[in-house]
Amino acid sequence: MRNHDEAARSVPSVLGACCADGSGPTQPVGPCTIRVALVGQPNVGKSTVFNLLTGLNQHVGNWPGKTVERKEGIHRCDGVDIQIVDLPGTYSLTANSLEERITRDYIIHERPDVVVMVADAASLERNLYLLSEILCLPAPVVLALNMVDVAQQQGLGVEPHVLEAALGLPVVPMVASKNQGVRELVDTVLRVYREGPRGVCRPDIREDHREVLAELVNLIAGSVPEPYPEDWVALKMLEGDDEITEMMRARLTPEQWEQVHRVLMKHEDAILAIAGGRYEWVRRMTRAALTVPKAGQITLTDRIDKVTTHPVWGLFVLLGVLGAIFWLTYTIGSPIQAFLDRYLIQAGAEWVRTALAGAPWWISGLLADGVIGGAGMVLTFLPILVIFFAVLGALEDIGYMARAAYVMDRFMHLMGLHGKSFLPLFLGFGCNVPAVMGARIVDSPKARLLTILVAPLVPCTARMAVVAVLAPIFFGAAAIWVSWGLIALSLAVLAVVGIALHELVLGGEHVAFIMELPLYHKPNARTIGLSVWQRTMGFVRKAGTIILIVSVVVWALSVLPHGEVDTSILAAVGRFLSPLGALMGVGWQMMVALLTSFVAKENTIATLSVLLGVGGEGAGLAQVLPTLLTPASALAFLVVQVLFIPCAATVATMRQETGSWKWTAFSVALLFILSFAVGIGVYQLALLTGWGV
Amino acid sequence: MHAKKHFHLWEHFRRRERKAATDGRAVTLGALPAGKTATVAELQGGRGFTTRMAALGFTPGAQVTMIQNFGRGPVIVMVRGTRIALGRGEAEHVWISANGGEAHEES
Repeated sequence: MRNHDEAARSVPSVLGACCADGSGPTQPVGPCTIRVALVGQPNVGKSTVFNLLTGLNQHVGNWPGKTVERKEGIHRCDGVDIQIVDLPGTYSLTANSLEERITRDYIIHERPDVVVMVADAASLERNLYLLSEILCLPAPVVLALNMVDVAQQQGLGVEPHVLEAALGLPVVPMVASKNQGVRELVDTVLRVYREGPRGVCRPDIREDHREVLAELVNLIAGSVPEPYPEDWVALKMLEGDDEITEMMRARLTPEQWEQVHRVLMKHEDAILAIAGGRYEWVRRMTRAALTVPKAGQITLTDRIDKVTTHPVWGLFVLLGVLGAIFWLTYTIGSPIQAFLDRYLIQAGAEWVRTALAGAPWWISGLLADGVIGGAGMVLTFLPILVIFFAVLGALEDIGYMARAAYVMDRFMHLMGLHGKSFLPLFLGFGCNVPAVMGARIVDSPKARLLTILVAPLVPCTARMAVVAVLAPIFFGAAAIWVSWGLIALSLAVLAVVGIALHELVLGGEHVAFIMELPLYHKPNARTIGLSVWQRTMGFVRKAGTIILIVSVVVWALSVLPHGEVDTSILAAVGRFLSPLGALMGVGWQMMVALLTSFVAKENTIATLSVLLGVGGEGAGLAQVLPTLLTPASALAFLVVQVLFIPCAATVATMRQETGSWKWTAFSVALLFILSFAVGIGVYQLALLTGWGV
Repeated sequence: MHAKKHFHLWEHFRRRERKAATDGRAVTLGALPAGKTATVAELQGGRGFTTRMAALGFTPGAQVTMIQNFGRGPVIVMVRGTRIALGRGEAEHVWISANGGEAHEES
């Protein structure tokens, strides 16, 4: 990393005259590493730009201690390593959300050499609002004007050179989806890095608040910690920014704070004045560079939206899309999963057992049942997940997902969630693990928690696979209706739990639904491909670490202390729970099978085979099971199986994503009680009506 | 400190009420029919709501066009060239005034 002369960096002044001359310091030139931060609002193609620059040369992780994705990558050009950090997409830099805090903290504390702001040329005004905030931070900025083709299609005239002259910073027109303008962007970044910042036109606070801002700057002068710019801190305090206000409150003497507080109280309405002022600045900057077509033009997006966002037709479109995803999953994904299960997992486990026949029992058991049967099994669901990720990625890229969220908002609202929560929950049909991870897209922390808590109630493919084996044994041709009934039941329970938890978790609090509906555009194969790749790798990493550990632990419980399932700790728990099973007419073996489904849902079948001594797959079970269970008990068992505690992988992910043992334990306890309550209810109802006894 | 804060909040709401009472024409965005354009007059709500909406372009003086409004459920509006979906509750916290002859931008 280069050694900067930190003091040489000019800290911009929000009070300073517009278009002040900020001639930058001369930077040392040579083979080096440049740190570049990508910022931008959501839906501006920032990820596309990032992917173009870094390709597969990127690393996805989390921001330390936070559940926000951190993407980093390297672009090599002319012997220079450009280290690129993709900061989370945000509309502004007020500490409203985690994303906003991360973005501004990174720019202030990490001091990237160049900040590249990616803007959507088709909604330039709103995009430059973020620029007006970034320009108040100490970093040289390059504006990447993306989607200029879309702007043209919309009839907008954008002139990059005029905008460049007005703003006083380099503006690079781009069409990232067609790989246009990337080279120019890199050249500009290198030039800005070498030449330093130019005379940038910074936004000014509106006249009616200039005096109070000056007063505030005076009051806090000398108390602002490094590396925060004083003017910026004063501005944020005036905007009512909690984080900055708290920081200053801790640093000022009580007398000073009293004075500052009085000023702030008097100007509590400053938020809108400051935001309005920024938009005025944007208006001035774009006056010459932007020509807007006459209103009333019907665009393609409007025409498609007429159908996709309609309360009735939109629902049909959504159902069609979901139906197509299920069709793809079951015609392509499931057969591949079954194939992998048969020839990779079972054959692999068999091979390990034979190869390690001479070794102590626990070594082959650990590898065959714990590692391969647990974490390995989870991996066989990758084909299904890839289909889900690909279709959802494509729909996201096209711009449809926001419409799906909009259509679902009416229903999700009943649970106090909003439309955005629908997307991760839908992912849950594939696997609950990405559903829990996907809840990150929900802005409000409480709504996110609620989404995570109800996610395990979405019946995943693994649970439905167990239903697919057991239901035909008891219900023959009616099995398909039992399957659909179980899915409907899960979703009904999900809705009821959602409504109840809304009161409990959110205290009935209203969750704001404010969401941009981006323009539709052609999907970009590269963007979708990379998103599928990243999500898949994320899942694989999880399977290789936390899921692996938990699988092994649960496996150990299922064989210790004597190496047999029916004398294990888990079996003891199963026997202990048998009075509960008796209430729905199932024996202890079924209870143990249920408990081992905690390692991986399919274990239900394997455990039953072992305990009932039939060996092999479903064939033997088909003869034995009907002698043990009445159809009513079987139905109750399937109900419990579908609603039961999710697999260890999901629980582990819940712990990671909520960051709370308390909520994870709550979820496990809730699902345990709930599944048995509903199962017993179903059985007792069957007894009352005399069905299947 | 706390008493002061409460007093302040109360004062704040009284100011709001007075303002709403004097502005006879004021209605909320939720009442704007599809296809019509109006001017944002005020945002009502917590600081979080106000800053989020302001960043998206809902500042006093901005022009909003209703794209979809079925009287119930969420609405879609166009503000500063972007389509934004708002929950019914959010739309009802945006006060608008009917557009007069001249469409003046920004206050």
